[in-house]
Amino acid sequence: MSARPLRVVGQPVPRVDAIEKVTGRARYVTDLTLPGMAHAKVLRSPYAHARVRRVDVTRARGRAGVFAALAGADLTWCDPYYGPAYRDRPVLAIDVARYEGEPVAAVAAVDEATAEEALELIDVDYEPLAAVLSLEAALASGAPLVHAGQPPAGHFADLSTLRPRPGTNICHQWSFARGDAVAELAAAHIVVEDAYRFPSVQHVALEPHAVVAAWDETGALTLWASTQNPYSVRMELAKMFDVPLARIRVVVPHLGGGFGSKTYAKLEPLAATLARAAGRPVRLAASISEAFQTVRRCAARVAVRAGFRRDGTLLAVECDADYDVGAYADIGPRVVQKGTYTATGPYRVPHAKLAARAVYTNTTPGGAFRGFGVPQLAWALESLFDVAADRLGRDPVDLRRQNFLAHGEEFAPGDTPIDGKLEESLGRAAEAIRWAQMPAADRGRGVAAMLKASVAPSISQAIVRLHADGSVTVLASAVEMGQGTRTVLAQLAAEVLSVPLAQVMVVPPDTAVTPYDQTTSSSRSTAMTGRAVQVAAEDVRDQLLAIAAQHLGVALRDLALDEGSVVAPSRRVTYAEALALEFGMSGGELIGRGVIAPGRTAAPLGGSTPFWEVAVGAAEVSVDEETGALRIERYVSVADVGRAINPLLLEGQDEGGVVQGLGHTLLEEMLYADGHLLNGTLLVYRVPRADDTPGELECHFVENADGSGPFGAKGAGEGSLIPVSPAVANALARLTGVRLRDLPLTPERVWRALRSRSARP
Amino acid sequence: MTIHVVVNGRPRDLEVAPHALLLDVLRDALDLKGAKRSCDTQVCGACTVLVDGLAVSACTYLAVEADGRSVLTVEGLAEGDALHPLQRAFVEAGAVQCGFCTSGMLLTARAMLAENAKPTRDDVLHYLRGSLCRCTGYRKIVDAVLAAAETVR
Repeated sequence: MSARPLRVVGQPVPRVDAIEKVTGRARYVTDLTLPGMAHAKVLRSPYAHARVRRVDVTRARGRAGVFAALAGADLTWCDPYYGPAYRDRPVLAIDVARYEGEPVAAVAAVDEATAEEALELIDVDYEPLAAVLSLEAALASGAPLVHAGQPPAGHFADLSTLRPRPGTNICHQWSFARGDAVAELAAAHIVVEDAYRFPSVQHVALEPHAVVAAWDETGALTLWASTQNPYSVRMELAKMFDVPLARIRVVVPHLGGGFGSKTYAKLEPLAATLARAAGRPVRLAASISEAFQTVRRCAARVAVRAGFRRDGTLLAVECDADYDVGAYADIGPRVVQKGTYTATGPYRVPHAKLAARAVYTNTTPGGAFRGFGVPQLAWALESLFDVAADRLGRDPVDLRRQNFLAHGEEFAPGDTPIDGKLEESLGRAAEAIRWAQMPAADRGRGVAAMLKASVAPSISQAIVRLHADGSVTVLASAVEMGQGTRTVLAQLAAEVLSVPLAQVMVVPPDTAVTPYDQTTSSSRSTAMTGRAVQVAAEDVRDQLLAIAAQHLGVALRDLALDEGSVVAPSRRVTYAEALALEFGMSGGELIGRGVIAPGRTAAPLGGSTPFWEVAVGAAEVSVDEETGALRIERYVSVADVGRAINPLLLEGQDEGGVVQGLGHTLLEEMLYADGHLLNGTLLVYRVPRADDTPGELECHFVENADGSGPFGAKGAGEGSLIPVSPAVANALARLTGVRLRDLPLTPERVWRALRSRSARP
Repeated sequence: MTIHVVVNGRPRDLEVAPHALLLDVLRDALDLKGAKRSCDTQVCGACTVLVDGLAVSACTYLAVEADGRSVLTVEGLAEGDALHPLQRAFVEAGAVQCGFCTSGMLLTARAMLAENAKPTRDDVLHYLRGSLCRCTGYRKIVDAVLAAAETVR
């Protein structure tokens, strides 16, 4: 078979679920109903930190229409703790409530109104305790402890050795070093250093977390859940209820956005617990305000130093980062590791000393959010890079170019060599933003770059079935949350098997049906799940060709697939005919299997990243000196994606990433005062609106087919978000001379900085 | 109490509680799940439907207020299998990602085009301020609305 041009891979085809979504037919968890289904409501702690002396649910239980009312102390019939890194999070507070909004009791009733009313009948005796709401407070000596004891490890082998530091609020600390950064910094010609802050922000997926849980008469549990990780959720529940994995079924309909907020178990344990207690299906649909009480991005403070030779060569970086992981670890320890591992960015840094701490505070648990720990550190390093360029009298683009890691260069011993061309990405961005030309007097331009590893090791498995009529089913567990994975997987199967896209059906994730996939996160689905689907489809293709070769008496090398037919030199049989030849009747199917499981390696984090996500951002901004309001006039994002399987969807992903990045750059921050979250509703928490978007927005892609994914693809989708804040701040600095170190760059912050600049002599 | 409403062209007599929200009546009583519940505070636009052609947030609109009026939800936008030009444009422009904001966006855009058949890009950006999307970055949504405006004209 000779290589044929690609038919559907690389095409900007509309998404396969577009029609159901524009007609309102697409079903999300909250659109589902089951016979006899009860509705749940959650009573949450009004205190950031309190001893829960007593929870009395008796009156709630006695109310007409209530099927179950539970407090933490009732959960004697299951293991009430869960969590992917540490199993430190109780389904309902046990003895202590550790953040405002922590679930303390819950009710399942005939309808939501009855459940809500029953919550008011629950008496809780709280003893408020001193709380720590910031990194500074949590790390102060003698600080009140968020957790007193040692939580057991979660389900990740590589995190199983983690232990919090006893007697402190340090949940996890991690360090990584190569060379001798301290000595090199002492000897460097130029050393720049500064400290930066990144705010706590919420994902604001428009669909809040939702679950429908039902136990059947055999003791098996089924959940329809808004989760990015059906298999992680299954594992958590199996542990909690001591039930075999096979008896837990997690089904994932359409997700109304994820961005990391729906990774790992969130409300699923509570819904399953209530359903068991109520003896009937339970629907737990959170509000957006409850999402603010469920998960957020880890705020961070980052001190970074970088030493350069006079010629601009970057010699050493020292980085010290504290991440606020909130009241429970969730996946925070891994966020901290993964972020810190690439704290040196996409640069050749022979000497590095990187350290990070995950710190418990009495706030909403911090977890995964698009970028997974990297945006916090890229904000610091990329801002500092421009400071260094100033000091060296160098152009920021040139200084970055000089220090970029080359394609094929080692990032760390044992890890995947760099698989992207940073110079090409930066060149494209510089050209598109017209870096070489002077901007208008009231405009400033800035750039930033980033490098991110994907989760490793990880596993993706897929099954592809070719049916008797030549149509195809893809079974895989990548969650469709808007990013378009269902379309991409369909395109891959259609390409390999040479069938029209409309002949391919991708089954939504269902742990009883679709095979294992570790997680839909870390930009991994196209590269990992996609590769598994490609391998499974190739398995089917090889079986099909073997059948045709045998029945037609033709050598394998003389056969090819073409638009639903096997083509031999003198004959053409449709897939349906080929299958009928094999099975002797109209029935039967070919089943292909794909397994991508690269396993552990000697890389510093225990696995080699399947690809490096590489992206560059360039911003052109203006500022209203009277109000401090920043306007993003133009923004260019360039991502090195290896190959764009679907350029239309990819562009949508990166446009969305840029605008989401503008959220924490300009607008968003969860604000706490006096122990309370001040802005935990969309009335007061401002995410970007249509009229907040850049005047012009361009997303470009570097495609050298050099990725390990299908057809040379790499992962994408997080990279576009990460350079946004430093690119904007660098543009502001070049325009006004003002360097801001705290996000978001609100009008007030910008205005104050401009004023203190003009006040200077 | 009983209200008389025309929903997607079909007259309905509905028994509703005085405090019932239009969103709940549409979703639960009529099984029209296209309008989504998200912010509950008239900020996000995911529950937007048209009442007598005007965009309203069904999450904060009492069902009784719809008495004697005509309600259009996303389920009534297409004519049978023929998609409305806005729906077609959303599909083709890649204006749909997770889909949770889509029905509200479509109906808001339809209300806008009824008011202003020749919107500029800025008109669309302004009109869509009440409809949040966390996936797309809005650009493709605006492209789709402008493309549909061309088609409708």
